[in-house]
This record gives sequence, structure tokens and C-alpha cells, in this order.
Amino acid sequence: MDVLQTQVDESLARINDAASIDQLESLRVGLLGKSGLVTEQLKALGKLAPDERKLAGERVNRAKDSLQEAIAMRRSVLEEAAFAARLANERIDVTLPGRVADLGAVHPVSRTLARITDIFQRLGYQVAEGPEIEDDHHNFEALNFPPHHPARAMHDTFYFPDGRLLRTHTSPVQIRAMSGKTPPIRIIAPGKVYRSDSDQTHTPMFHQVEGLLVDETSSFADLKGTLAEFVRAFFERDFDMRFRPSYFPFTEPSAEVDIRWDQEDGSERWLEVLGCGMVHPNVLRNCGIDPERYTGFAFGLGVERFAMLRYGVKDLRQFFENDLRFLRQFG
Amino acid sequence: MKFSENWLRDLVNPDADRAELCHRLTMAGLEVEGVQNLGEGLAGVLVGEIVACEKHPNADKLRVCSVSIGTGEPLQIVCGAPNAALGLKAPVATIGANLPNGMAIKQAALRGVDSFGMLCSAKELGLDADASGLMELPTDAPVGAALADYLALPDASIELKMTPNRPDCLGLRGLAYDVAALFGAPMREADAAIVPMTSAAVRPVTLAATADCPRYLGRVVEGIDPTVVSPLWLKERLRRAGLRPISAVVDITAYVMLELGQPMHAFDNDRLDGGIVVRRASAGETLALLDGSDAKLDPQFLVIADATRAVALAGIMGGLDSRCTDATTNVFLESAYFSPPAIMGRARKLGMHTDASHRFERGVDPELPRAALERATALLLQIAGGKAGAVVEAVAPEQLPQRTAVTLRRARLGRVLGMSVADAEVERILRALGMQVAANDAGWSVTPPSRRFDIEIEEDLIEEVVRVHGYERVPTRAPSGQLRLGLAPEVQVPAERLRAQLVARGYFEAVCYSFVAKEWLQRWSRSEGSVALANPLSADLAVMRTSLLPGLVEALKHNLNRQQERVRLFELARVFERGVDAPRETGRIAAVVCGRALPEHWGGDKRAVDYFDLKADLENLLDLAGSDRSVEYRPLDRKEFHPGRSAEVFIGGESVGFVGALNPRLLKVLDLDQDVYAFELDLDGLTAGRLPAAAELSRFPQVRRDIAVVLPEEVSWSRAESVVRAAIGDALRELVVFDRYAGTGLGSGLKSLAIGLILQDSYRTLTDQDADHFVASALAALERECGGRLRG
Repeated sequence: MDVLQTQVDESLARINDAASIDQLESLRVGLLGKSGLVTEQLKALGKLAPDERKLAGERVNRAKDSLQEAIAMRRSVLEEAAFAARLANERIDVTLPGRVADLGAVHPVSRTLARITDIFQRLGYQVAEGPEIEDDHHNFEALNFPPHHPARAMHDTFYFPDGRLLRTHTSPVQIRAMSGKTPPIRIIAPGKVYRSDSDQTHTPMFHQVEGLLVDETSSFADLKGTLAEFVRAFFERDFDMRFRPSYFPFTEPSAEVDIRWDQEDGSERWLEVLGCGMVHPNVLRNCGIDPERYTGFAFGLGVERFAMLRYGVKDLRQFFENDLRFLRQFG
Repeated sequence: MKFSENWLRDLVNPDADRAELCHRLTMAGLEVEGVQNLGEGLAGVLVGEIVACEKHPNADKLRVCSVSIGTGEPLQIVCGAPNAALGLKAPVATIGANLPNGMAIKQAALRGVDSFGMLCSAKELGLDADASGLMELPTDAPVGAALADYLALPDASIELKMTPNRPDCLGLRGLAYDVAALFGAPMREADAAIVPMTSAAVRPVTLAATADCPRYLGRVVEGIDPTVVSPLWLKERLRRAGLRPISAVVDITAYVMLELGQPMHAFDNDRLDGGIVVRRASAGETLALLDGSDAKLDPQFLVIADATRAVALAGIMGGLDSRCTDATTNVFLESAYFSPPAIMGRARKLGMHTDASHRFERGVDPELPRAALERATALLLQIAGGKAGAVVEAVAPEQLPQRTAVTLRRARLGRVLGMSVADAEVERILRALGMQVAANDAGWSVTPPSRRFDIEIEEDLIEEVVRVHGYERVPTRAPSGQLRLGLAPEVQVPAERLRAQLVARGYFEAVCYSFVAKEWLQRWSRSEGSVALANPLSADLAVMRTSLLPGLVEALKHNLNRQQERVRLFELARVFERGVDAPRETGRIAAVVCGRALPEHWGGDKRAVDYFDLKADLENLLDLAGSDRSVEYRPLDRKEFHPGRSAEVFIGGESVGFVGALNPRLLKVLDLDQDVYAFELDLDGLTAGRLPAAAELSRFPQVRRDIAVVLPEEVSWSRAESVVRAAIGDALRELVVFDRYAGTGLGSGLKSLAIGLILQDSYRTLTDQDADHFVASALAALERECGGRLRG
């Protein structure tokens, strides 16, 4: 049976020399396939005498094992080499930009509004809306501004020929949110407002957020706590803050909120950021709410002001020019 | 309201420096807007007199002056001021002085002539903005005196930003009450001397509109010296309050207004005819006013008239004809109470705003006119001489505002503030503010003084208490009330998601003004039903927009003009149209795009954006509310859109907006030379979503069959799709069009669509015969209804 051994040795050499998976496969078929060398030998075993058969069988099986092992080893070597060759070929410049991945951006006013809304929603406030074309009743009268009152002169108002007007503040939403409702009420009303004023620091349209809380226990102390936490959360830092007496016809007592703000020259100064107060009993009464049973507080803020402070915008008018070079900075 | 600090301290002088005074005023609701320190750096600045004045030998514009400072030899000073002249008294900065503007005075040679000091302008001394020449001092100024002493310096001009509820603080006396309350400092007694009658001259007064003017006091002062000028102290106080001295009579009335808060008027008594009547103007009546304007009046206006004509616009401005001039020797002084509703808005209506109207429309103390008149008379006699006639008062007591007691409950105070304030402190504060306070079991009964127009209800008193007590002493607390969450319904797609989706597709959000030029809307054929403002800022901002597109396209142009080539903008806002009762406001979302379909890239798809790019972005937005809604795109016929490349969008059969290419004719008018695509939809269509409802999944495999169908060009995909869907029925799970061809080999007017049919049954595995059957019925239906055939 030296013939077999010789054939096996030769085959092992050819296996180890196989240059490709295909070549290896045809070798395998020639040796182990249906009519391969080893298969033929195994078939031939049946013709041998039983005593020889056992011995010969062991030799053939050993030969078969060694060939299979050699083929498997060679296969993994060839596969590995093929991977290496393929990977060496498949090289790209991974620093080139990806395909079509440009993001746009929401407007900084929307971004700021979303942030403010988010903070107050966590405190249980619900978003409320009202019309931008308002009537005198909601914008002034129900908010305790009598006709011709000098407080109206603080609102440069756009009128329509029929006496309607563009709301000068988001406060009329208070009236709409309270009328016919039973406290507790917690709303914020974000939206566009309009004043007939246009210069470096005024645009005829801008955005405000109004807030209102009415229930049986609300107090000035609660108002202070709410706004202090809001300002801290919005700017993500602690401020020196002060509540300063002021005047709005629809709140009593009224206050303005100042924060201590770093100036570019390194100094600090007080900067007014919010107006607020306890809802005037006349306003509650105008909305059918009993001021003896319920008290409430309201506040209002200018969204552009917050956006300018937060993002370092210097010129208010940029918000309405829609220049992509400006907008891209908020992406 | 601007005033001299020293003047205020004459009335009440708290133990607090300037900074502390200003801080406490601000924290009491009297916000200090500005402080101008006066008289700093005046050491070594003296009153000088020019005793000789000669031309400079080497310079045309300079003069060499000898300036006496009282002691020693006069100083030789070279001076360039145009008003330097012999005899002039002016401030001299002597050697060693350091002026407030930083200038250090040294001996110097100017063009070869030695100068031993400097003659100064008001600006150089930080006293005034006037730099036109030397500050001219009165002829009786004591030569050699320190200028600071002579001018009662240092002082400060303090400016308050007054809220409309505090007219009582538009005079120093009223302000002094607040200061007294804030610091617990005593008030000085007012000058209330009664000037005795020394002349028989009187002018009768009649009130013909007692509700508008329930009290009017007048007094004739005869024989004043018309040439006299106001004394320095008076002029300085006016100046430090921001007023320009004019003449003694006018300055005195202004002084009394600043000191007491009572606006007054002085008529030339010789220009008045008969008795004074306070009445409403008659229709068409005109009055020439002090400022040179002619006021056209109507019965809304209250006037002061004599027997023949109106002579002043009550509470606003005097008449030109009856004004005091430099020849006036006999004056008639007016001191009255005009009711705020009679004055409110009237000056504004005439485009005016005066110190008097500002005060009267907010409310002037009705008990003040007599004291003010006495004070003005005393000053007038002291400064300009003359003899005072009797005070004539016309009054309708029942029409004067009454101050009624307001109840303040201890418990309410505590509840509104969220803290308690000691009874003694409440009483101290209210009394110091001039209120009458009577304690009772539950709290107090408080009657405000006549000068306070803002104390009507309990909350007003609570504000007074906490304002003086200090807002900073109110605790900071989290609200403890009931919580009732009110969330938006889950099915509603929040605007934030729409924004985020467009941002993910490369869009930037724009915010445009809600009002636009009428022509913009006309160009877009959108002016029908628009609402115009009555008082726009300009014609460019005159009409409420009926569409977001005109503004967005302007923004797109703005960016194209700034070298931006690929522009993708969107906006989410309301549009406005005439409605049945009120204007209708509709939330809209709109987008405009131009330039490349994709950002510039090395891999290089350079094609321009087209309808299907934009439509994909829109389909994404629509799918946020649920991808199974019936959305239809029907060809659109609107002037502003391209007739072959735009569609009207329908959701559930209702039109919600448009998408497509802008009409080239419109682009030409807008001066745009490239294709622009746009969509604009009602927001409701995008936000009204549905709750997902999970269905059982089929356990059986799906089968795909692809067919190529030749169809007439005019058969739309949506038509072909619906025919196929109807023909196959429920087994058709999905339908895709994966190729489209028109051209060579097909014949004109035809197109070929490659359609993939994905078939599945919920209850069994579909056989080949089943699939063949479905394909055959789809083809039959296409042939029958659309004139289609299988592509060979």
C-alpha cells in the first residue's frame, strides 16, 4: 500500500501549493469527491478479505483525515489571503464628507420659545393661544386699561379700520384662558405681538410669552419662587436677581424682574427681563372668577430679549432678516 | 421726571448718600434711570471777571484777558471763546485745578503768550452740554468765590422713569413723601405763606363744565418788572430738572410745577377780555397755541376762554395771543384742577405732549391749586415785584374727586404676599405716605390723601405696604396649588416635530413680518380678502399677509443676493383673511427651495431641485400625522404656480394647500432668474394625526410580480394606481412604481411604467396561479379603463 502513501504525500504537497480556493476545490473533488482517489479506495475495501479490510480501512481513513485536515488548513490560509488582498484594495478616504447630510436649523426665536415652553410645561403649565388680531376688550379693557388711559400710550398700537387691533402683548390670552373656566389654571401663551415702533432696538413685530397661574393659594412669594427658578433653569446658572415695584394695569402689586448681567467691558449691570404681578381683582372679576376665593399671578417676557442674552445676538433686527449666514449659527 | 438732588433734600433729607437714595427709590418703584453728578472736580474753579480783554498778538481767534479773582493781581489768561469780553463774569479754572473732563490746568504759553489758568464753558465743567462759549455768570456773582459754593454744588440731576400710576411723584413734594416713608426721615414744612392782597384787580371765573374742571383759581398780579430775569438759584434748579429758563414769569410757574406738582399758566392780563370761562370748545373753533401751531378744536376739548374767545387749551398749552412776553407787566395766574378724563388723549390727538398734559391726564392733587397759587405769587412778587390781587376761586365741590376709605385686612395682606407684615410696620408705612389709618379687628380702614389717584382697592394698599417694606423681604417659594395637567392630545402632531422634520431635510426656519406691502399680495394674486392696517408704519408693512409665500420668497431673494446658491427656507405662522364676524386667522406651514437638489458634494449629483424633491419633503411632513391617510395631488390652476408642475393637495377629500414650481411669469416679476419650488399648507392638515392601531400580521409569505405597462401620457400615476388597487383588492399589500420611460420605441403620447405588485393573503399561501390571476385582472382593468397594455 505504499502507492497510497505516495499518492497521499503528493496530494498533500499539491494541496499546500494550491494558489486559489477554486484550485483547492478541484483537488478536493479529485481526492474526496464521488469518484475521488480516497473514495475509490474506500469502495475497494469491500473486495478485500475481512482481515485485510480492517487494516486497509484504517490506512485509508487516516489518509482521508490527513487530506481533509490539509484542505481545511489550506482553505483558511487562502481565505485569509483573499481577505487581506481585498481589504488592501478596498481603501477610501474616510475624511471626505458624507453624502447629503446637511441639517437646517429652527429659528432662534422658535428655539427659545421651545425652551421656555418646555420649562413651564414641566411645572404643569398648559400652552394656550389667542388671536393676533384682537379687539379692544381683550387687549385693553378687560385687562383694566380704561379708554384713553396713559398706560395705553405705552403701547403703540396698530389698528384696523373697524377698531380691532393687532395685540400689543400676549396678555389678552389671560382673559381668554380664564373666561368661563374654573381654577386651578396654569397656562403659558407664547406668540407674536405688535407695536408701532421701529428702530435699532424695536421691531414692529416680536414675540412674548405670557404666564398665568390662578388657584386658591397663590401668592407673591410663589410668583418670586416660580420666576427665580425659571430664570435659573433657562440660563443654566444662578443670578443675582431683584424684584422691583412697577406698574401694569392688570396686576397689583406689580413688579419687574432684573438680573445682574455681565457686560462686555467686564462690568455688571441690572437688566430687566420680566414683568409680573398678582392678577388684579378687576381682571379676575372681568373673567367671572371670584377674587375673594382665588388669587393668581401673571408674568410676561420678551422672547427676543431672552434669545439675545442667551445666544449673544447683538442686533434685534437680525431675527427678521432671515439671512442664512445668521440662521446657520443655530444649527 | 428729572430733578436736582439738593432740591429734594431741601424737602426731606434722609441720612443716606446719593447711591443709597437712588437704590431705595428704584426698589420702591421709582426707577432711577440716570444720575448726572454735578460739581465734581471744581476745586480751584472760581468766579472770575474779565477786567481787560485784548487781541492776541499772534492769533486772530484768541484773546488775551485779564481776569480778576478778587485777590491779588488779575490773572493773564489766553482765551478763544467768542463771548469773552470786558466785564463778563465767568468761571476760571486756576492753576492746579483738575476739571471733571480730565483736564489738568497748568501754566502754559499759547502762541507765545503766557496763560495762568483757563476760562471755562459749562461743558468743560460738566455742568451742561453747552460748549458754545464761556459759561456766563450773573453780574452780581461774587468775584473770587468758589464756583461750587456759588452754584450750590455738588449736586446731581436724577432722572426717574415714572409709571403712569404715580402722578403724585411728578412734583418734588409728592416724591418727598415716598422718601420720608422709605427712610423714616422727617419732611420739612411746605412754604405756605399766604400773600396778602395789595391790589384790587380781579378777574371773575365761571365754570361751564364742572365735571371737567371742578376747581379753578385765578389771581391778577399787576406791575411786575418785565425786564427782570430769574435768579441764578431758580435757573439752576430748572436746568438741573432738564428745563431751559425762559423768563421770570414762565420760570416761576415751571418751578412751582416741579416743586409741588401743580401745572400753572400765566396769561398776559392785558390780553384778556372780561371774565374767564372754562368750557368745552365749540365745533370748528380754532386756537393759535404757544408752540406756533393752530389747534382745530371740537367739543372733546376743554378750553379756557375769556369773554370773546378761547385763550388756552385747558391742561395742555396756553394760547399764543395771551402769552406773557417781555413787555408784560400785568399777569393773570391760573391754578386749576382738571379732571383726568377731560384731558386724557387730547394732547395726543393733536400730536402734542406737554408737562401739563402729562400731569393732568394722570391726575393732579385737587387740593393743591390754592397752595400752588400762593407759592407762585410769593415767588413772583419776590423776584419781579408787583402787587397781588385777590384769589378768585370757582369750585364745584360735588365734582371734586372724593377719597374714600379702603379696607385692608391683615389676613388678605398675608395671603396675597405669602408673608405677614407686623401691624406697626403697616401703620408706619401708610401714615408716612400721608394716609389716614384707623385700625379695626380685621385690619385697617385707610383713607388716601387727595394727591393719590391710585389707591382704590385693598390690593393697592397691599402694594404700598410691600413696596416700602421691600419686595426683597418677600420670601421665594415654590407654588403649592393644585396640579391639573393639561396636555395636548397624543394624536396632535406638535409644531416642533414639523420643524424638526424640515430641519432634518436641510431647511432653515424663517420668521417674516405678518404685514407686507399690498403690491406683494397683488403680484401673488393673494390680495383678495386681505385685511389692511389703519395706521401702518409704512406702505411696505400695510396689509396682513394672506400667504406666507411672498415673505419667504423675499427672504430667498435676500439670500440669493448674498451669494447663497442653495436656499431652503420654511416658516410656520398665521395668515389673515376677512371673515364673517372677525378676521380669520389660519396657521400655515410653507417652504421655498431653489438651487441644487442636494448639497454640493464630491460624489456629484449636480442636478437642480425639482418637483419630486420638494414633494418628498412634503410627503414626509404629511406622514408625521399617519402614513395611511388618503392624500391626493390634483393638477393645479393658479396664476402664481406653473400649470404643468404644481398640484393642489387634498387630505380626505379636503383641499389643504399647494405644492409646485412657481410660475415663470411671477418669477420674472419678482426678478428671479431660476426655478423656485414652494409649498404652502394649512397647519391643521398636518397636525391632526391618529393613534396607531396595531393589526395582526399575516403568517403567509408575500409574492412579488413586476409588470411593465404602456399607457397614454395623460393617464396619471394616481389614476393607474387606483385602477390596479381596485382590480386586485385586499391581496395587493403594496404597489411601487420603479421605472418610467417615454421616447424611442414607444410611439408619441405614450409612456411605460414598471410596476411592482406585492401580494399577500391573510389566510393562505398564494399560489402561482393566484398571482397570475391578479396580474391578469390588473392588466385587464388598465386596458379597459386607461387604454393601457402590457409592454411587449
